Formats: sequence, C-alpha cells, structure tokens
Amino acid sequence: MAWILRPERCVIGIEDNKPEAIAALKKATEGTQTEMAVIPTKYPSGGEKQLIQILTGMEVPSGGIPADIGVMCQNIGTAVAVAKAVFEGTPLISRVVTITGEAVREPGNFEALIGTPIEHLLEQAGVNQNAVSRLVLGGPMMGYTLTTEAVPVIKTTNCVIAATAAELPAPPPEQPCIRCGQCAEACPMELLPQQLFWHAKATEFEKAEHLNLFDCIECGACSYVCPSSIPLVQYYRFAKGEIRAQQAEQLKADRARERFEARQARLEREQQEKELRRKERAKAAADAAAKKQAEAEKAAAEGDAGDERAAKAALVEQALARKKAKAEASRPPAPNEPPAEEKPDIEALEKQLSQAQSKLETMQGMLDDAKAQQADNVEKLERAVAKNHDRVKRAEEALAEARQQLAAGATESQPTH
Amino acid sequence: MAFVQQSSPHAHSARPTSRVMLWVLIAALPGLLAQTLFFGWGNLINVVFCIAVAIASEAALLKLRKKPVAFFIKDNTAAVTGLLLGLSLPQFAPWWVSAVAVISAIVVAKQLYGGLGSNPFNPAMVGYALVLVSFPVAMTTNWAEPAMLWDGAPGFGETLATIASGQQTAVDGWTMATPLDEYKHKITTHTAVEVLNHPTFGEGIAKGWEWVNGAFLAGGLLLIGLRIISWHIPAGFLGGLIVMSLAFGNNADLYTPLSLHLLAGGTMLGAFFIATDPVSAATSHQGKLIYGAGIGILIYVPGAIIRTPWRSAFCS
Repeated sequence: MAWILRPERCVIGIEDNKPEAIAALKKATEGTQTEMAVIPTKYPSGGEKQLIQILTGMEVPSGGIPADIGVMCQNIGTAVAVAKAVFEGTPLISRVVTITGEAVREPGNFEALIGTPIEHLLEQAGVNQNAVSRLVLGGPMMGYTLTTEAVPVIKTTNCVIAATAAELPAPPPEQPCIRCGQCAEACPMELLPQQLFWHAKATEFEKAEHLNLFDCIECGACSYVCPSSIPLVQYYRFAKGEIRAQQAEQLKADRARERFEARQARLEREQQEKELRRKERAKAAADAAAKKQAEAEKAAAEGDAGDERAAKAALVEQALARKKAKAEASRPPAPNEPPAEEKPDIEALEKQLSQAQSKLETMQGMLDDAKAQQADNVEKLERAVAKNHDRVKRAEEALAEARQQLAAGATESQPTH
Repeated sequence: MAFVQQSSPHAHSARPTSRVMLWVLIAALPGLLAQTLFFGWGNLINVVFCIAVAIASEAALLKLRKKPVAFFIKDNTAAVTGLLLGLSLPQFAPWWVSAVAVISAIVVAKQLYGGLGSNPFNPAMVGYALVLVSFPVAMTTNWAEPAMLWDGAPGFGETLATIASGQQTAVDGWTMATPLDEYKHKITTHTAVEVLNHPTFGEGIAKGWEWVNGAFLAGGLLLIGLRIISWHIPAGFLGGLIVMSLAFGNNADLYTPLSLHLLAGGTMLGAFFIATDPVSAATSHQGKLIYGAGIGILIYVPGAIIRTPWRSAFCS
C-alpha cells in the first residue's frame, strides 16, 4: 500500500495492553519506513478518527473522511490481506477471530476460514451452552447481538462474545438526567451528548442535527458513564433514523412538486396553443363570413335594387349557374363546343379568382396580426401569403386568358355561323 | 436457546446516582461529627429528623404524581437534601422550622418542578431561604454556643426537648451569636483585637467552627478524589471569595478577615456540598469555574451583612 500511495509517514498504532505484540512489531518494523507508536489503552482509541488524531494530531473535519486531510487508515487485517494478495497471490479466505466471554472456557484468537460456522468456533473455545445469555458479534460497546450460532464467519467478523447474564446484564431502567456532564467528558468526538439527548427526546431534530448529531460514531462511551443509565446511543440512533426518513420524504416531495409543476406548465402551453388555433379559425371564419356578407351586399347592390329578395334571387341564380357549370364541365368536353366550354370556364375561373382573393385577404390579415404580436409563425404566414398571392395571380391570368379566348372564339364563331 | 436481543452498547459500568449520593452522605459525616462534638446534639437530631421528613414528603409527592415511589426514593437524593438542611439549620431550631424547611425544599423546589433533574435551584437552599425569611427570630437566636459535647453542651435529652417543644427562642445560656455575626456587628465600634476577645472566637480563629469547616473540607477533598465532584466549582467558589476578601476587605480592623470568611460559617459546606449539586450547577468545566466564582464573589458582597449559611443559600 505504501508503494501505491507513497505516504510521507506510515505509522502503526498499538495499545499498551499488548506487550507481546508490541515487541514483535518493534522487531518487524526495524529499518523499515513504518513507525510503531504505543498508545494508552483507552476506548475508543481504535476508532479511525480517534486513532488519526492520536497518532498525527490532525482532526478529520466534521462530515468528512480521512482522505480529506490526506490520511488513509487501514486495519492490520486488511494490510495483511493485501500483502498476501500481492506477494502470494492468495485471496482473502481466512481471518483471525477473537472468541471471548465468560461462557467460554478457553477464550482466544482463532484463524478461521471464511464461512466457518460460529458454532464451531465456540465449541473450539469450549463454550458452556447453558451459560450463554447473549451472543454478541463485535465488541461489547458496538457489537450487535445474534439470534443464533448458526452464522458463518465473514470478512468483517472480528470478535464473538459469548456472554453470561452476569457479564452483560440487562440495562437498569432509565432515571432522570441529573445534568452531571460526564457524558460530554467521555465523548471522543467532542459532542454535547446531554444536549443531543434533550433534543432527541423532544424530537427537535433540526437542533440535534445542528449540534453535529451525524458526527456521532455511536461508540457508547456516553451511555457507559451515565449515572442515570440513560440509553443515550439508542436515542441518537432514533434521532438519526428520523432525520434520514424526513430527508427521504423531503426529496420525494421535491421531486413530486417538480413533476407537478412541469405538468402544469405543459397543460398551460397546450391550452394556449389551442386558444391560438381557435382564435385563428374563428378569425378565418369571421373573415369568410364577412367576405360572404360583402359579396351578398354587392350582389344585392348590383341586382336591381337594395332589395333583399332580388339579392337572394341573384345569389340563387349564381348558385344555379355554378351548378350548371359544374355539370357541363363534368361532361366530356366536345371539340365543337368551345364557346360553351369557355363560358363555364370563365365562371369557374372567376370563382377561383374570388376565392383566391378572399384567402389572400385572410392570410394577409393574419400576417398583420402576427406581425403586430410578433408571434412565432410570422414566417409561415408570410409564406402562406406569398403562396396565395401567386394563386391570385394565376387565377387572374387564367381568367384573362379565358376572356381573351372567349372574345376570340366569339369573333371566330361568328364567321362560322 | 433464546439469546438476549439488544442494540449496542452492551456494557455499562457507571456509578449510579444512588451510589453518588451515598458517597456525598458519607463524605459529610466528618463534618457532622465535628458539629456534634463542638456544638452538641442539635445538629445530629436535626439531620435525622430532616432526612426522615424529606423521604416521607418525597414519597407522598411521588404517590400524588403517580410515579413509582421506591424507584425514586432509592436514588438517595431526598436523603441528601435532608442532610444538607440538617447541617445548615441552627442547632436549637424548633422542629416545625426544620419541617417547614424540608417540606418546602422537597415539595416546592424539587417535586413541583418535575422531580429529580428538573429543579432549577438547590432544593435544600430554597428551603433554608424560605424559613430564614419567614421565621427570622427562630433562625437567628437558636445557634448553639460552642461547647464540647461532653463538657458544657446541653445533654441529648435536653436538646431533644428544646427542639421538640418548638419554642421560638431557646434557653439563653446555650446560645450565642455566630462568629461572623459577632465580628461584623462589633467591628464597627471596636478594634479587631477587642472583637476577637469574645468567647465565640476561642483561641483559634473561631471556636468550633474551624474544626467543622476543616472536616467539611476533608470530606470535599474525598469527593474530589473519588471523582464524585470535580474541583472546578469549589475552586471557583473559594477563589472568588478569597480574591474579593483580599481585594476589598484586607483591613481586619474594618472588615471581617479572610480567615473568618473561610473557616467560620458554612463556607466549606457550601463550596463542596451545596454548590456542587449537579442539577442546578453548570455542566461544563469552564462553566463550573465561572459558576463557582460567581457564587464566591456574590457571597462576599453582602458578607458583612448576612450570615454564611444564608449567603451560601441565596447565592447558590
């Protein structure tokens, strides 16, 4: 690991209650880059942040990891496993497990293959099955209880405690806090356990979080020294759990709100587009109706009087004529009927022209609107206007041509007749 | 086989509150012994009586509050309150004065605020202050004159009778003003030497009282050695008092001298047993120093005017 990381300093910390190990390590580290430091046996010196502070004097920042201050901390077992893997090519298949507790006759350290049932190890250590009241995996302060011995050794199984009822008795009932302050003296992370306790009890979770609740390593030193036997660590776990649940809820709520807002925006957009289209259509319809009205009035004016009936009659006549023209046009054109052909042609062409003109007017109107509002479809409308312009032009040309032909045909037909 | 299921931590080894309070009781015994030796049976009778009334009233209130009585009595805190009052009250104080002091301490200053851990003030001192203000005659005229237990002090029966009779003023022949009182009153008109001639001062600094304070000092040091209390509050207390006395009252002809302040009155009892009540005191070490110093300074200020147990009582 030193080869990879190239550290400035490499230190092994060892508590002073292991004299044989100290001697062995001393011999092993002679002449190497690795130093050995003997530290007083005080719980929880083995905690990562505490060990770093003891050996180097540097503090890991709140909410941070050792890498933030340029330190890497690994335990001896990991270092040995890495060495074995690199130098011998063996994977991690065994580890040293400590079996202890007053219910075992010969407590000790066992090197066990991963997967060995704890039951087997306990038997090797001479366990008295009847005396075991609590089976703890880990240490007495931070370990967790097992429900059965039929569990295997895994990579993180460091210790098994087969405790009698006298050794680890049930905790006495909680008494009121007498505010002695021993918990704050014992805390290795320099937190305020008393304040955290009050806030956790009163479910004032923001205040607890503000007092760095999440820096608590749950070592249990505070509850160990409490004269009133208050289960402090359980209170902190409860508070942490509640805060995490609240944060998850908050995240869910935020995401739901974002989705909702996006949906609202989309619906509104669609609504607006619909409105716009509706307006256009209404406008076009209004224009067409206006146009029709204008034509009708014009026809009424052209017809003998401002007589409505006459105007209507004219309209009806026009419609009939159109119909006739249509009927004639659908007949296969006969070569000896050029004038007849051309006549309906002219009417049709006139109609086409008027339609094209009205459409052009509509488009022009829309374009003006759009230009006034500076809407997005100005270009589209301009194109449409241009198209209609062309259409009108073509219709006019066609009409002119037809009229010419008609005139020519008339003069032609006269000599034939 | 069913194993116990519990979340960590699994080990617990602290001195429970009951054990802490027991040590306080034990550490106060030398002082009680000295008081009995030098001032007669009064204090002992008062202590026993006050402890009994304290436990009884706490039990009654717990029952009223529907809390488990035995669970809370077992933590010995009521007993300590009774002890402190028994040590502070005048030796010949009528029984009803003691009873009122204890009952108001336990019921009003402790249980009505929520019980153990919730009292803002030291209950014993609240009780003391209450009777001092309510029964000034009984509290000022019943201090025993220093007389050895076997020579001069009234006998057990006589003392008991006086207390039980409940008369406000005890027999004149047995009582005397306390040294601090005496000095403070007389120094305005006499010189230091003349004042010190008064029998209450004896050959030493203050007859009887010096032994009592010495005994309480020893008990306090025992508590610090056992880490029941930390040294911060007593150090702050005594330091504040010493500094104030030396700074402002160094002339023995005009002011009560430092030696009297420290050894004649309830100073040591206050510093080690009363001010260190964890519930009403500061929690952190720096806080404790400041808290103790504050009490010491405040005690000096009316020092010329008020008797020491009263000073400790009001200031803590």
